Amino acid sequence: MEQQLHVTVNGESRALACEPDAPLLDVLRHELGLSGPRFGCGLGLCGACFVLIDGQARSSCDFPAWAAEGRQVTTVEGLLDGDTLDAVQQAFIDEQAAQCGYCTSGMVVSAVALLRGNPSPTEQQVREALDGNLCRCGAHRRVIGAVMKAASEVAGRAAG
Amino acid sequence: MSQPPAPLPPTLAANPRLAVWLDFAEPGVVTIRSGKVEYGQGVWTALTQIAAEELDVDLRRVQIAPVSTATSPDEGITSGSRSIEESGSALRQACAQARFAFLSVAADLLGAEVTALAVTDGEITDGGARTGLSYWSLSGRGLLDRAAGEPRPAKAPARWSVAGRSVPRIDIPDKVTGRPRFVHDLVLPSMRYGRVVRPPAPAAVLLSPGDPSLPGDVVTVRDGSFLGVVAPTDRTALAAAAALARAASWQVTESLPDEQDLKGFLLSAPEQAVTIDEQHDESAAAAVTQTLTAEFTRPFLAHASMAPSCAIARWDGGEVTVWSHTQGPFALRGAIATGLGLAPGQVTVNHVEGAGAYGHNGADDAAMDAVLLARAVPGRPVRVLWRREDEMSWAPLGSAMLARLSAGLDAGGRIACWRQDVWSNGFIGRPGTGGEPRLLALAHLAGGQPISPAADGPPTGAMGSTRNAVPGYDIADRVVVRHRLLTMPIRTSSLRSLGAFLNVFAIESFMDELAAAAGAEPVAFRLAHLSDPRARRVIEQVTDLAGWAGRTGGGDGVGYGLGYARYKGLAGYCAAVARIEAETDVRLTHLWLAVDVGRVINPDGVINQVEGGAIQSASWALRERVRFDRTRITSLSWDTYPILRFTEVPQVEVRIVDAPRERETGAGEVAQGPVAGAIGNAVADAVGVRVRDLPLTREQVAQAIENS
Repeated sequence: MEQQLHVTVNGESRALACEPDAPLLDVLRHELGLSGPRFGCGLGLCGACFVLIDGQARSSCDFPAWAAEGRQVTTVEGLLDGDTLDAVQQAFIDEQAAQCGYCTSGMVVSAVALLRGNPSPTEQQVREALDGNLCRCGAHRRVIGAVMKAASEVAGRAAG
Repeated sequence: MSQPPAPLPPTLAANPRLAVWLDFAEPGVVTIRSGKVEYGQGVWTALTQIAAEELDVDLRRVQIAPVSTATSPDEGITSGSRSIEESGSALRQACAQARFAFLSVAADLLGAEVTALAVTDGEITDGGARTGLSYWSLSGRGLLDRAAGEPRPAKAPARWSVAGRSVPRIDIPDKVTGRPRFVHDLVLPSMRYGRVVRPPAPAAVLLSPGDPSLPGDVVTVRDGSFLGVVAPTDRTALAAAAALARAASWQVTESLPDEQDLKGFLLSAPEQAVTIDEQHDESAAAAVTQTLTAEFTRPFLAHASMAPSCAIARWDGGEVTVWSHTQGPFALRGAIATGLGLAPGQVTVNHVEGAGAYGHNGADDAAMDAVLLARAVPGRPVRVLWRREDEMSWAPLGSAMLARLSAGLDAGGRIACWRQDVWSNGFIGRPGTGGEPRLLALAHLAGGQPISPAADGPPTGAMGSTRNAVPGYDIADRVVVRHRLLTMPIRTSSLRSLGAFLNVFAIESFMDELAAAAGAEPVAFRLAHLSDPRARRVIEQVTDLAGWAGRTGGGDGVGYGLGYARYKGLAGYCAAVARIEAETDVRLTHLWLAVDVGRVINPDGVINQVEGGAIQSASWALRERVRFDRTRITSLSWDTYPILRFTEVPQVEVRIVDAPRERETGAGEVAQGPVAGAIGNAVADAVGVRVRDLPLTREQVAQAIENS
């Protein structure tokens, strides 16, 4: 039985008809055509589908659509300001912090959430914040470096 | 100075028409085509560098076309770290010939000497002055509509300005912004969604699909034990497949070995033994004063790609079109055609990126699934996505292995003789191997034949389970034997580095044991048995990088270890040093690596590949083991198949040892074996006990201490 879902996605308020128990990831990918959040495991164990829900990074594959009612959802696509990349996205490019890149959007989302709450994390805090994001290609070291770089650039901008 | 001409590169000789490799049809753009696919290893970026360099055009003008069996050169499988060597050489030569063809015509038109002409960003110049001619202005003359001729000298690396430098990968911007890039993101007009209901075990027969109540717009496909659905949405398809799975009844047979006794399984299964290396020196063998023997094992390992396999297929009468993240589009085309009794020309396979692939995973099987389901709804593309649990249990695995090593030392502490026996299922099982399609769904169809035990490639130390089983050290008397299993209860095929991961782990662990028996320092012991200067250099470089001489610890819970190998015995050199802390758990804190992969096209790309290989190898060595009971695989998720996480990965430092005059080789697999060896030796250094069975988990280490 479909029902109306009211949710703000990447700053745009949407009214969607969907099955209430459909995972939010399905709604984002299939109803809204967003390819950034990716299906990896369906159990919330790998982080490929991470989005921001009211500012918190969490998996969307095991988050029922009904629970998103009235909330703010931001996907990796929503982190851009026009054509300008978020500092984390830019740092991922600068550090070439990916191999296959399937897990990248989830990592970017986790890192953005971390830096919003803690603009100057230690390396250990970065590792802990990303521990829910798996990477099979072994790009971890570069990802950690990219997040540290984004943090120092944001801090530099704030100071400057 | 130019390089002397070499024979035509093999894949160019096999696909000689120059226009297959490149064209200038779009103004200001060079389109290149390769048969090698991108899966995050950065090969496309390196290939654009090679083309830009040889053609003298700005890198930004070079675009690489997606691989399709309809338009791309057939360069076989993208595997074995051969892409730069094969496709890079072919493209470089095709571009050199294209450049010369254009300059020759320009010389005629201008009445100039061809040697006086040059190219600046695609514009042809004469003595530095523009001529008004360019690749694009001459592109209508069909200069590339001919076969490659006599090899042309390619630009010498000393004159490179684009190749040999780190450039950003072309695919990364899409990946950090979430733009559609993967086959999983592809939505075609009128597309339907398919899901397959896999049997509950490898040895299971569908007795009845039952009669679940399904929505009217769901099409059910059943053929033998192949069961699937096609629906308007993925969600409907998934729900219908789940309902079918609940309703279906299967006859399930126990067919798997005892996971607690992999050694027993490997040693008792019927096998074919073949000696892959044999060299005798009776005087060396006669000088042996002490003999050591040891056995090393690894469990079954999973590809465990981040994305479950996905494919789209469309069935139009006798024509089939497939979109797949396969590593071998041409092999897949052949296998699908064979499986369905079609001519290869009736099948087109288009490659679209998937998540990282580390060998033969479920990509090809998902493509076959999509074709079988698409046949039920002709004219409509059908997309199939596997579930995570299907990816973990139905994609081929890397085989469990046992290596038994025996070596004799002489009175002077030199290795006088070496024998190595390797037991394993085969690693060569991709679609089309041995003329067999080897696609999962075909085995489940009515009358389908089970996939035969995987092959293992030519009997050498470069291939299959015996890859790197021939020690790279100077040993006068040696025998290496491959024991390939002739039954395959668990489907195996290629996984990154094939047998090299275990063989190098075993050899490098054993080298430390032999060094201890000889009373020698491990690095000095290795160097005393290595005359190859490139081998010596990577070991010297990595020990320098790691501060080996000044290391502290050893036996007090902190340990350092070294591992070395030349990949396949004939490709890139790699030496690794690991530092571990073994208190309540085995914690890998640092990895240092030095690699010599010959000439380097994209240094940062090489470092990225080596780092990634090192971390994946560490994950295999420390964490990974596919679990199963007597009927089915039970490692179905990241909970039951843990891999190394962000809080567990080590610091990694990579040094490229410059070798500009050496042939380029791949970098993606060089680290697999040496890292495993380094970790094993570091664990032994830290806890004072040798652990010979992978993975080196807390439990295995405790077991080894108990047994010591």
